[in-house]
Amino acid sequence: MMSEQNTVTHNKATGKPVPDTAPLAESDYAILTRGMSKVFGDKPAVSDLNLSIPKGSIYGFLGPNGCGKSTSIRMLTGLLRPSAGEITVLGETLPGSEEHLRRRIGYMTQKFSLYDNLTVKENLHFVSQIFGLKRKAAKERIDQLLTVYDLTGQHKQMAGSMSGGQKQRLALAAATLHKPELLFLDEPTSAVDPENRREFWERLFDLSNAGTTILVSTHYMDEAERCHGLAILENGIKRADGSPEQLMDNMGAVVIEVSGNDLRNLKNHLTEKEEVISAAQIGTRLRVLVRQELSDPEHWLSQQVGQRQLNRVHPSLEDVFVSCTGGRHVG
Amino acid sequence: MSDNQMIQPLTGTFSRITAILWKELRQLSRDRMTFGMIVMIPLVQLMLFGFAINTDARNLPAGIVDKSNTQASRALIQATEATQVVRFTQVYQDLQQAEAAITAGKVKAVLYLPPDLSSRLTQHPASGAQNPSPQPIGQWLVDGSDTVVAASIKGLRQMPLSQIEDLPQIPATTATATADTFAVALYFNPEQRSVVNIIPGLLGVILTMTMVLFTSAAIVREREQGNMEFLITTPVKPLELMLGKIAPYVLVGFIQTGLILTAGRLLFDLPIRGNLFDLAGAAMLFICASLTLGLVISTIAKTQLQAMQMTVFILLPSILLSGFMFPYEAMPETAQWIAEALPATHFMRMSRGIILRDAGVLDLQPDALWLLGFTAVGLLVASRRFSKHLD
Ligand SMILES: Nc1ncnc2c1ncn2[C@@H]1O[C@H](COP(=O)(O)OP(=O)(O)OP(=O)(O)O)[C@@H](O)[C@H]1O
Ligand SMILES: [Mg+2]
Repeated sequence: MMSEQNTVTHNKATGKPVPDTAPLAESDYAILTRGMSKVFGDKPAVSDLNLSIPKGSIYGFLGPNGCGKSTSIRMLTGLLRPSAGEITVLGETLPGSEEHLRRRIGYMTQKFSLYDNLTVKENLHFVSQIFGLKRKAAKERIDQLLTVYDLTGQHKQMAGSMSGGQKQRLALAAATLHKPELLFLDEPTSAVDPENRREFWERLFDLSNAGTTILVSTHYMDEAERCHGLAILENGIKRADGSPEQLMDNMGAVVIEVSGNDLRNLKNHLTEKEEVISAAQIGTRLRVLVRQELSDPEHWLSQQVGQRQLNRVHPSLEDVFVSCTGGRHVG
Repeated sequence: MSDNQMIQPLTGTFSRITAILWKELRQLSRDRMTFGMIVMIPLVQLMLFGFAINTDARNLPAGIVDKSNTQASRALIQATEATQVVRFTQVYQDLQQAEAAITAGKVKAVLYLPPDLSSRLTQHPASGAQNPSPQPIGQWLVDGSDTVVAASIKGLRQMPLSQIEDLPQIPATTATATADTFAVALYFNPEQRSVVNIIPGLLGVILTMTMVLFTSAAIVREREQGNMEFLITTPVKPLELMLGKIAPYVLVGFIQTGLILTAGRLLFDLPIRGNLFDLAGAAMLFICASLTLGLVISTIAKTQLQAMQMTVFILLPSILLSGFMFPYEAMPETAQWIAEALPATHFMRMSRGIILRDAGVLDLQPDALWLLGFTAVGLLVASRRFSKHLD
């Protein structure tokens, strides 16, 4: 695996259904890549990405804007040809067997890609015809989807006039209409409020329960936390992967919250230190990530903060993200 | 997982093409602007071209120099006025006076009837004389600076004499106009064209414009608005997408053809001499050729603006070189080669042939075959170039 020094944990991304210790056969993976890379001009967008995503799991790409989430998904759906590397999706090699895969995968694009000037039902009907569903089967499936995704009331509404959350539900309905084995969701909830996001994830867990493998990209921590497995991407490079628990356990940093006065100055003082990965003010506290290599990080920090109070806390996924990306994006 | 019983493998292609076709028609019916353009472009263009390039001038003020002053000359003057092309408002004594009046712009034209008018009349071939002389019986002096006037007077050159009642012994049966009635003195000589000649050409120009633009924009729009990213992850094949996309516009093309011909008939008395089925066949070939041209453009253009620019790039030579504006025969050879490559040139020939000369399909076979070939090659190129990849 590349960029050893940056990768916090090298554990295989194993979904919850599979115990850590059991080695998986190649056919147990929905997606396997080795050294997958994409260069636009001379600018690398994705570099040397190794993924092994077990069937039936919900796998997340977590990363800031422009880190290569969409580019990776486009390579995995056969829309972009990789500059280098090997890709196996559902046992088929890419590039080469895109057309075989079309019926087996579903793809919900980052930008709404159904037709604004068709109604909800017309859009779904169009998709059903494209996938060659018979009239009766199509009607049943569409009615079912309208119910599941709570769109029955809107079935005559133009897709373009719907709210962000409704559009996302329609897009998910369209992407799952042909019952794909593997579903790609590119930032599916970026325009959705927390309440609707929870609803949306309920539907994803339903799909997962029914056996669908899901790859979802996001830059929301709460969303990433729901995934069975996760890859943290930055600048097209995988900084860490594993289950959210593994990532938090193996973070390589200690999280300590400091409370007291004049936190602003303290923050500036601490961020200059080699030993501190990041320091971010959260309300009246300063959340400090200290390198684990120190023999006693808590003791070291207490010497830095004077009279202020220290409190060691459990790391969050955001802390993992910050420690992986060196605090360049958050905090 | 995938419920394969739901999927029909054999009729898949048909199902996908109709899916795209219906989607396109539905979107079109909701796009008021485009829908309006489909109807308004042909009508407005037809009016503009039809009225602006109307060469049939009426009641032009004219003068007369009657050196003969006989019953025959007066009958001839009456007959000339009866054509309604000119109205004699001035009488001049001699040619000098007449020329001065034209130079001064008092009249547009002067008819000169020579002293020996009567003998010229009897010797004119139209009067069935024994030894006919090809001499004209009179001469028009015309203000050549106005091409419309010049063209209209030129139209009088072969005015039939048989209608002139008071002329002595002209048997109607022998009145074959093998010689000009009048000589016409012009300073320059424009190609005489009438609106009847323009409409079949305009049909070609309008179809080029709308067909190429609509198809190229229809595909580029999907790419611009992001629909394509979803569409190309579905099992739809490039050729299916292409066929489904152009099929609705065949209908649009026929609507426009019907509009132009009907309006041409109602407003400008366009005669349709040929067979309507031949005309429909020619229109079909040309519409398909233009649509595939639009498809090829759509595989090159990245934005709708680029598609529009490329359409103009095709449209301009289609107007200028196809024979619509200038006669094909009069163009330099290089221009003719370019013209031959444009579908509009071939359609212009076919539509004029069928509408104006009652030409049959057989006469126009080379043009028909060329359009057919163009369509086939265009479809092939477009579906080959159309990539189901984003890079
Ligand atoms: N077609 C392209 N041509 C050139 N550069 C591209 C292209 N597509 C993406 N990139 C570049 O590749 C990098 C990764 O882009 P990508 O769209 O994969 O990011 P992302 O993680 O999906 O970001 P976001 O969260 O904003 O959607 C970016 O720097 C982007 O500018
Ligand atoms: Mg993206």
